[in-house]
Amino acid sequence: MNLFDYIRPASLDEALSAWEPGAAWLGGGTNLVDLMKTGAMAPGKVIDVTRLPGLDGIESLPDGSTRIGALVRNSTLAHDPDFAADFPMVAEAILSGASGQLRNAATVGGNLVQRTRCAYFQDPWSPCNRRDPGTGCAAIGGETHNHAVIGWSDRCIATNPSDFAVPLAALDAVVEVAGPSGQREIAMAAFHHLPGDTPETETALAPGELIVAIRLPAGARAFRANSRYLKVRERTSFAFALASCAASLRIEDGTIAEARFALGAVAAKPWRVAEAEAMLTAQPPGAALFSQAAERALQDAAPSGENAWKIDLARRTATRALALAAAGTPARMPALPASTFGEPAHA
Amino acid sequence: MSHAISLTVNGEARAVTLDDPRVTLLDLLRERMALPGTKKGCDRGQCGACTVLIDNRRVNACLTLAVTLDGAEVTTIEGLATGDTLHPVQAAFIDHDGFQCGYCTPGQIMSAVGLISEGHAGDDPERIREGMSGNLCRCAAYHGITEAVLDATRRMADADTASDADERASA
Repeated sequence: MNLFDYIRPASLDEALSAWEPGAAWLGGGTNLVDLMKTGAMAPGKVIDVTRLPGLDGIESLPDGSTRIGALVRNSTLAHDPDFAADFPMVAEAILSGASGQLRNAATVGGNLVQRTRCAYFQDPWSPCNRRDPGTGCAAIGGETHNHAVIGWSDRCIATNPSDFAVPLAALDAVVEVAGPSGQREIAMAAFHHLPGDTPETETALAPGELIVAIRLPAGARAFRANSRYLKVRERTSFAFALASCAASLRIEDGTIAEARFALGAVAAKPWRVAEAEAMLTAQPPGAALFSQAAERALQDAAPSGENAWKIDLARRTATRALALAAAGTPARMPALPASTFGEPAHA
Repeated sequence: MSHAISLTVNGEARAVTLDDPRVTLLDLLRERMALPGTKKGCDRGQCGACTVLIDNRRVNACLTLAVTLDGAEVTTIEGLATGDTLHPVQAAFIDHDGFQCGYCTPGQIMSAVGLISEGHAGDDPERIREGMSGNLCRCAAYHGITEAVLDATRRMADADTASDADERASA
């Protein structure tokens, strides 16, 4: 690990003024410290934001939205009974990610800025355009089971592994940030960037900007009765998704009034397609309909290596997540992540 | 630049001057505080051998920079027993043979203590397996580990009920 200067500011203003090019914000450290150990990241200055006041609450705002302070720990949010009841698939997504120890340390703001990455990114001896722009991509032509099948470029084919980001995208969450030029909001849909020609520019955050909160709009609560997060991976627990889907429906009199679904682990950002969601509106829930919508969401998919199977897997994952959502949010939420394999098949 | 921090480790107040901000809690415990019970496995947050409690929450000591811990309360495997009386989780691991080589055991036990106090797994073996997935055991003693956590969960719930009854009786 490279040497760095460590500072722990006591206020947001102090933190923002301490930032300089090459500095990194330290939250729970579960991604940053790991990447500093491998050498994939080497900040010259580490600014510990974990003691900043006022950023660790979950509050309901007068307009009906829910505001989550950036420093709320992942496990605290997922186990908050009111939050989990209102946004069950967000809680389910958090609890299907990482391990109990990591979820206790990781902050929700940090979850969103965890690096889009693959094994080659984490290995400083492999060329990687995301880590060291212009050096090439070792993943192209390499091992690609965790890599993208949509939205990738010839510069980078890595995926963003956040489970939490997937339901946030489906529910139109907003990221509140503070920076040298004041505060602003970024829609989740615009938060993570596709690689294009500049994979090193991973998010919409400008240099020196810090996430202070994540907000779920009032309307997001309307999906609470029919929401699921389904994660498919190589082992039952503590593994990144090969494909995942956050699916939520608002069903009125047996008809889908509104549908939202986003796919995880297929791209550098949660993948959501408005046309696919629109296909579900004003229809009765059904397996064939869900399959068609999933197919539409993946219309532009193409393998980035020997991973064409991921397109089929993602399509089936989305189809099944929609069916699980239609069957209803389970009484005990968050559901056990593995439990979807043990449940009876739904229509 | 050196950093002076004060923290509590297993109930004892410790003042530490760190001459290097790169020191992890894991290395601080093992190399500078003579507490080698916390183990270094992967050193990357994947195996759970370094699990400790910070302010009563289980975390990976290998991913925690010691310099961030000013004012924190740390509990390691060395701080679990009360004199010669083992913590119920330690006793349950012995009773159910929840280990083979023993290297992952301190991390397994600390993780189980954290899991039980979180209170979300209850006595459901599937939820315990899920809750313990951040702790790998290369000897694959998982069956005994699950049984031990189940048994400890029940023993600790019974003890709570008993002490509640005592309090009611003495009230």
